[in-house]
Amino acid sequence: MAQTVRFILGDEIRELTDIDPTMTVLTYLRTVERRTGTKEGCAEGDCGACTVVLGIPDGDRVRYRAVDSCILFVATLDGKQLITVEDLRDRDGSLHPVQQAMVDCHGSQCGFCTPGFVMSLFALYHCELEPSDRRISDVLAGNLCRCTGYRPIIEAARRMYANGNGDRFTAVESAVIEQLRSIQRADTLTLMHGGRTYYAPVSLSTLASLVERHPDARLLSGGTDLGLLVTKQHEDLDTLIYLGDVRELQTVCADGDQIEIGAAATFTDAFDAVADHYPDFGELLRRFGSVQVRNTGTLAGNIATASPIGDSLPALMALDARLVLRRGGTTREVGLDEFFVGYRRTAMQPGEFIERIRIPIHTRRRFAAYKISKRFDQDIASVCAAYSLALDGSTVRDIRIAYGGMAPTPRRARLCEQALAGCPWNEATVEQASHALDRDFAPITDLRASSAYRSLVARNLLRKFQLETTHGAVETRIVVYAEHCHG
Amino acid sequence: MDNRHNDRLTIEGGVRAAIPHDSARKHVSGEATYTDDIPVPDGTLYAAIGISTHAHARITSLDLVPVASAPGVVAVLTAADVPGHNDVGPILQDETIFADGVVEYAGQSIFAVAARTIEQARRAARRAIVEYERREPVLTIDAALAAERFVLPSRTIRRGNPQASLAAAPHRLRGTLEMGGQDHFYLEGQVALAIPQEDGDMMIYSSTQHPTDVQRQVGRVLGLRVNAVTVEVRRMGGGFGGKESQAALFASVAALLANVTGRPVSLCLDRDDDMIMTGKRHEFHITYDVGFDDDGLIRGIELVMASRCGMSADLSGPVNDRAMFHADNAYYLENVSITSHRLKTNTVSNTAFRGFGGPQGMMGIEWVIDEIARHLGKDPLEVRKRNLYGDTERNVTPYEMTIEDNILHQLIEDLERSSDYQARRAAIHEFNATSPVLKRGIALTPVKFGISFTATHLNQAGALLHVFTDGSVHLNHAGTEMGQGVMTNVAQIVAEELQLDIDRIKITATNTGKVPNTSASAASATTDMNGAAAADAARTIKRRLIDVAVERFRVEPSQVAFRRNEVVIGDRVMPFEELVSLAHAARVQLSATGFYRTPKIHYDAERLRGRPFYYFAYGAAVSEVVIDTLTGEYMFPRVDILHDAGNPINAAIALGQVEGGFIQGMGWLTTEELYWDEEGRLMTHAPSTYKIPACGDTPPDFRVTLLESGQNREDVVYRSKAVGEPPLMLAISTFHAIKDAVASVGDYRLSPRLSAPATPERVLLAVEELRARLAARLVQLQPIEVH
Ligand SMILES: Cc1cc2nc3c(=O)[nH]c(=O)nc-3n(C[C@H](O)[C@H](O)[C@H](O)COP(=O)(O)OP(=O)(O)OC[C@H]3O[C@@H](n4cnc5c(N)ncnc54)[C@H](O)[C@@H]3O)c2cc1C
Ligand code: FES
Ligand code: FES
Repeated sequence: MAQTVRFILGDEIRELTDIDPTMTVLTYLRTVERRTGTKEGCAEGDCGACTVVLGIPDGDRVRYRAVDSCILFVATLDGKQLITVEDLRDRDGSLHPVQQAMVDCHGSQCGFCTPGFVMSLFALYHCELEPSDRRISDVLAGNLCRCTGYRPIIEAARRMYANGNGDRFTAVESAVIEQLRSIQRADTLTLMHGGRTYYAPVSLSTLASLVERHPDARLLSGGTDLGLLVTKQHEDLDTLIYLGDVRELQTVCADGDQIEIGAAATFTDAFDAVADHYPDFGELLRRFGSVQVRNTGTLAGNIATASPIGDSLPALMALDARLVLRRGGTTREVGLDEFFVGYRRTAMQPGEFIERIRIPIHTRRRFAAYKISKRFDQDIASVCAAYSLALDGSTVRDIRIAYGGMAPTPRRARLCEQALAGCPWNEATVEQASHALDRDFAPITDLRASSAYRSLVARNLLRKFQLETTHGAVETRIVVYAEHCHG
Repeated sequence: MDNRHNDRLTIEGGVRAAIPHDSARKHVSGEATYTDDIPVPDGTLYAAIGISTHAHARITSLDLVPVASAPGVVAVLTAADVPGHNDVGPILQDETIFADGVVEYAGQSIFAVAARTIEQARRAARRAIVEYERREPVLTIDAALAAERFVLPSRTIRRGNPQASLAAAPHRLRGTLEMGGQDHFYLEGQVALAIPQEDGDMMIYSSTQHPTDVQRQVGRVLGLRVNAVTVEVRRMGGGFGGKESQAALFASVAALLANVTGRPVSLCLDRDDDMIMTGKRHEFHITYDVGFDDDGLIRGIELVMASRCGMSADLSGPVNDRAMFHADNAYYLENVSITSHRLKTNTVSNTAFRGFGGPQGMMGIEWVIDEIARHLGKDPLEVRKRNLYGDTERNVTPYEMTIEDNILHQLIEDLERSSDYQARRAAIHEFNATSPVLKRGIALTPVKFGISFTATHLNQAGALLHVFTDGSVHLNHAGTEMGQGVMTNVAQIVAEELQLDIDRIKITATNTGKVPNTSASAASATTDMNGAAAADAARTIKRRLIDVAVERFRVEPSQVAFRRNEVVIGDRVMPFEELVSLAHAARVQLSATGFYRTPKIHYDAERLRGRPFYYFAYGAAVSEVVIDTLTGEYMFPRVDILHDAGNPINAAIALGQVEGGFIQGMGWLTTEELYWDEEGRLMTHAPSTYKIPACGDTPPDFRVTLLESGQNREDVVYRSKAVGEPPLMLAISTFHAIKDAVASVGDYRLSPRLSAPATPERVLLAVEELRARLAARLVQLQPIEVH
């Protein structure tokens, strides 16, 4: 049984034994390592000032992924490389191409956000060549800057490739891979510290038996919800079981009629498969949190959290997705419809967990999804809507309509669905049926939106869907419009 | 952008060189040290503050035993433990460090705790058992107006006869514009480190724009003389006004805990506490009654500005004064009255924020002009131009200052042309006629912003310069670095004065022990004033060196010239350091102070009349928006800005201020919404709920130009112009572009009802309201039309 967290910091292997597994990587860096280049701006994953990059072995390459260190538990570093802003300069002190581009473009003013931007750009530098402006702004959506207005940072992202090809990380990649291999483990990592226990199994069967044995344990996946309990609520998480090292759960595969996503697959991993079949779902995921959040967060975590405003949930419902739940050696399948039983309550039994998600691939249905939020990028939805429509000629055979932000759980709009079934799919019937939504839902007013706005938008989105399915030429989306502007 | 030849004789980093920020390399490599990065001495304790959960209540019992007995806790303090004054008000003494019996906003500090770790301190603070007797809170502007609760007396500026002109005007409109506040959201939260010294003295590292204020406040709470407290700040991770008066509370709490424990204390607010506990931009309601002619020329106007100041005065007096001074923005208001109410509410005390009341004042008049244009069926730009201040006549402000440097006519014309405003406006109308869901809008708005502190005595600055025998220079001044680049600007000025490469000039942390009795880094004038003070010090040194050369080499002073790292003395050339060494050997002082006071300004604070501003900064912006009329979402595809930064010391830094200021202003007017619940608790206290612009909100086509012919007509250091605040107000164009797009839904026949921030929700509701008005055929019955 492994009892040591082993990871590479920069290029040295660190071994931590006596450490609180829920200490955040940010706290670890700033207090234990005294690397203060990584900043805290919010401690909740929203500002990116704490961005660091994880090097993860992937065959004979290292995958570099930007993550928010403020909500990442130090125990989850096991088997990975941790790169911080202090690691980027060359041995001779010269700046990394990303850093140099930021200086050249006047990309920093107060400089407090800068290390985070540098790390996000560093990951981009290693993953992609010549990203489009749109892609640059996606990649930087999780980094807030209050000083510059971003223009010079975008400029730096364009220009960083001009400062030579590759960096010292490229040069030592194979050595790092060797190092990373040397710290992979074949058994469960178990940490005990101050009354807290942390398990990180590597096989599904061990995971299943641990969950069964510790029905009160909290499951930890990306930690993008759970991390906040520690940093914001100051909660003590006594027993934690980490899913992220279970290989069998990291898979994403699409066969002829379904996409199957393992519970430990991150949004980043799942993106292509989902976006290929359902571009609008892809669009939702593109706007889901930020790169940093998607690099650790999982679809299963989004479902299990059971938030009324979980972005993926209406889409999954409209698509009739199903969950494979496992308890010990047995599994069962439930539809997402039946999964949410109340405000943040689910049909999962003690000892049970989500093993994978199955999304049917419909070829003859029209699907659309919409996320409405105050800020376009990196915001929580006020209303999310998803529609899946089957037509017989121009008559509605059936339609599945699901909304988030309209009720204590994400929910189907059954009355509206019924009102449309069998009707001609045109403006008049949709207009009429949209009023059924007022009977389906009685949304609340809160800081994100008023009840009146939610109801209005819910109706309008249905009208928009109708318009888009019947008048393809009409411009209806700001994003698409914006796309032209980006040229 | 460095427009001089980089020949052998041109120094590196002199005035006009667009060099990177002095800390840029340290920023990108994580080496720049912020207050929380300073290595702390062994035994340092960490602090947390216990805050009120009620907006208005009497504390009936305060049980801190559970706090004191929590793991790691070393000290707990309340109002009773303050040895000096329990107060942090920057102007009036009306705001406590620790609430004494009564709490007046949700988030008010009640007690503080020091523990061995920050986590222990924060957990302990949550364990207090506080019982409250709730009192009815007054939370909104309307409620405070009705209850006549003010933090300061109301004030009025009047000129001419507004009432008679209103009555006589061919057209008249009345209405109210509401606009929300704004959180600073500096990326680095409030933080202070207090280290006890011998004799009971206190050393404070604080993230503050105003070290002198922190120094005085800490002295007052500890009952020490000012000379017993030293405050230092090398840089802030953003300030924007939020660290002008607000830093004092946190430094004071750290100092109190350090004083009682005898150990260093670090107090670093987490984001939620920071947003809950610190003041914001003032929310305003502006009610207007305006009379105008068929061309849209304003004949008379009455403006009433009501602002939510919160539970104490803080800087609300000067903020609201400045709002009044900018109620005209760029327009001549011949018959005018401007009344300002400073309302007391049970919310956090609002404070300075980039623009300092100016943005709210300007929003009012820009809205009025837009309303006039829509009423007359004209392009708002035409009405704006019609009302602009004249160059030689119609050029006196309501507060009786003659505008001597107006360049707006030309500037607006240039921008109108370079942005292709007219053709794009026509194209937009065409697009809107055939696009049922997406609608576009465009607006051009100008900015005229007064530079100087309105309180005349604050317009002074000091510098301290040492030259060492190797020719290197140590530079210190009163300005604080918050990202605006003041350290770089001032170092460039000193480099230019002494003709030394900039790498010879050491920039040092702002420290109350080096330059005393300073003003805040605020009012955009930090470079103007500190740059001039540093130049003064450099010239003193230069004079002394010239004297040495004259004496030693028997030349005329005119035969001594400084050029790149050298001095030419007659027909001899020697390295700068050689002359410095000669001076040292001759026992000539190589250290000098410099001082600057802004000339010409005077101001009668009672009558609100005079010349409060040395000069004005100008600019204009054209914003184009596209909105979704089914959801209220929007984005800005293109923004064009033409801004006058005078002849900037460093054009790259000036450009950064323009771009960043604009985007920050756009945030204020679009997505940044502060939301309080019915009990007055702020619900948007973190970036998850409070949405400042993200990268994708920056217009994809963002054309920002500094006015090439820019020259400050006043004798400001190197003829540059202040550029910190003015660009924020260029963003007023974004709000009016949205309004224009909404108006298209009613075929431009009705004027939309929109308030700020124009969140997607407000935009959609404005669209719906307009549609409803249209449907009800209320066109002829516009309720706001009086005649
Ligand atoms: C900055 C930021 C932005 C965000 N933006 C969005 C957004 O745009 N849209 C949105 O919907 N959400 C958003 N979230 C919330 C969060 O990222 C998502 O809910 C995410 O999907 C959670 O996944 P995770 O793997 O991180 O879950 P974790 O935090 O690891 O776990 C979440 C919960 O699910 C449980 N759990 C995890 N995996 C399983 C499993 N396999 N079986 C049973 N229970 C399990 C955990 O015990 C925990 O209770 C955001 C969060 C942050 C911090
Ligand atoms: S500190 Fe803001 S995302 Fe981590
Ligand atoms: S440079 Fe200040 S927040 Fe980005």
